[in-house]
Amino acid sequence: MRFAFFPGCVSRGGAPELYQSTVAVAEKIGIELEEIEGWSCTGAGALQESNPLLGDTLNARNFALAQRMGLPIMTICSTCQGVMAQAKVKLEDEEYRAQVNEILATEGLEYTGGIQVKHMLWVMVEDIGLDKIKSLAVRSLDGVFLAPFYGCYIVRPSAALEYDEHPQRREALELVIEALGATAVDNEGKTRCCGFPILTINEKNSLAMVAKHTGEAQDLGADAMVTPCPLCHLNLDGFQAKAAKQMGRQINVPILHLPQLIGAALGMDGPSLGLNRHIISAFDVAMKMGIRV
Amino acid sequence: MQANVSVRRFNPDEEAPKSYDQEYQVEVEDNFTVLDTLIKVREEIDGSLALRCSCRASICGSCAIRVNGHAVLACKTRVSEHLSDDGSVRIEPMGNQPVIKDLVVDLNPFFDKIRAVEPYMQPSMPEPEAEYLAPNEVMLHLVDVMGCIMCGACVSDCTVLEVDKNFLGPAALAKAYRFVADTRDVEDDKRLRMYNEYGGMWDCTRCGECTEVCPKGVAPMERIMALREKAIETRTPAGSYDGATYGYRHSVVFEDIVAHSGRLDETKLVVKTVGMFNLPKLLALVPIAMNAAFRRKIPPLIHSRVPGVGQIHRIAARINAINKRV
Ligand code: SF4
Ligand code: SF4
Ligand code: FES
Repeated sequence: MRFAFFPGCVSRGGAPELYQSTVAVAEKIGIELEEIEGWSCTGAGALQESNPLLGDTLNARNFALAQRMGLPIMTICSTCQGVMAQAKVKLEDEEYRAQVNEILATEGLEYTGGIQVKHMLWVMVEDIGLDKIKSLAVRSLDGVFLAPFYGCYIVRPSAALEYDEHPQRREALELVIEALGATAVDNEGKTRCCGFPILTINEKNSLAMVAKHTGEAQDLGADAMVTPCPLCHLNLDGFQAKAAKQMGRQINVPILHLPQLIGAALGMDGPSLGLNRHIISAFDVAMKMGIRV
Repeated sequence: MQANVSVRRFNPDEEAPKSYDQEYQVEVEDNFTVLDTLIKVREEIDGSLALRCSCRASICGSCAIRVNGHAVLACKTRVSEHLSDDGSVRIEPMGNQPVIKDLVVDLNPFFDKIRAVEPYMQPSMPEPEAEYLAPNEVMLHLVDVMGCIMCGACVSDCTVLEVDKNFLGPAALAKAYRFVADTRDVEDDKRLRMYNEYGGMWDCTRCGECTEVCPKGVAPMERIMALREKAIETRTPAGSYDGATYGYRHSVVFEDIVAHSGRLDETKLVVKTVGMFNLPKLLALVPIAMNAAFRRKIPPLIHSRVPGVGQIHRIAARINAINKRV
């Protein structure tokens, strides 16, 4: 199983442990990742409002680079996944695609449409399969309670994300958590917004969202939250203490990246998954999973 | 088939009113809407159940409620599609709006926000004898946004309103866009400044809930993004007058960074958004930055450039030329 790997800016910036754990886990499971040489930012939705044509063209460029490799794309960020899925829908319009291709043509690039873009979460459910995941999970996560947190862009708009064609995507995170032997907590906040996009614009609201979701997970008895989105991770992990203070309560919930959880169940150790690189210490949940951090 | 309907109830006339869930077992046909189901409950099982409806054809906008946690029009939603394996479905009043009784919410806050965006045309020309005319072509793209039936579903599920009642919210901002984009209205500048304040267009997180639940294809989030595009285009200032937000800078800086280096650099984004010389704000970020640095999480200060970044520069330049032409 081979993919054109799109790591996204955050796994190469503020969340290096995501990149590290993805590469380690992929190798262990037998997913071959070939990083797209020269990939660029998808625009993360922000570029799409200041300069939509540039946003679409940069995505078309990434798609064209992957097509040249002859491989489907794998992402590890809910936001990248969603922005790419929406760009893909826009670029299905032939007239518009021709306009974008004209801009790309002088660089010798062309996007012919129909690219496949899949988040690692979906690859786990749809390509690896839950049975295989179960058989690979050697470390018991019995009694470990995990609260899923999807990230908006991998949930909405559900049409662009092809939810009707792939109904399992609605509960993919819970399915993976349970297949790995842990217990998924039923938190209402799981498909809501982490607040990251407005962190520099309205910090108070952004932090209120962090406190709401991490607080809920804690109240439901979660040992950690699990997210396929590094932007959610930045906010829920990096700003949790400040958010708790603003809300006037005590909150302390470690936030795991999806591949960190998978790696843990597959028997890998803490440092190789970057579990020591979190702001909210993952020590306790790692201990509970029987891992050294 | 049998449906186990759990309804969130609330009776203000009780001594210490508290909301609670009540279960009803009711026989439903395959083509029953949620509204048919609730009306059957009210008529055959429990006459005290309060709900609101009128047209039963997704026109009037009065029957919005939550089904399994998401806002829908009860009359436009088939109950069979929402039954779980054991035949149950969860019905609640809309979120983010005060409950009057059972499934009926108070829409006054909703309409206060609509009124706050000045939802009427403000033209400069003298009042014509009949209506203010506009050619069809310039109005066509507004057909969807004008289709809003004021049901409140988007407001119910808005993630920002959950934490901040002051936010204008999706329906009002979509309405705001409708007037900014109307060529007959000449108050764009005033409007954009007004929507630029806290509680306005930049407070939206782009979470997509509103667009996902809107039963009329209004796509409020996309309208908010279009409003922002207008604000950027017309350089509606940010941070330069009381109440203005950093939203504009955030967007512009984001584009600069990506067009320059091909990838996002979070450190630069934060520093440049709040302003290189905005010491109080920058100092507030120091503890968090130090914590991150301690865990070797800080992105390199000089962001290494993407291979092929020259290509991105050329593409950005070409697009700038195109954007200037139109
Ligand atoms: S996209 Fe914006 S307006 Fe719409 S629900 Fe989310 S935060 Fe609210
Ligand atoms: S925008 Fe859509 S969901 Fe919101 S009030 Fe109007 S019709 Fe209802
Ligand atoms: S009853 Fe009128 S919209 Fe549902």
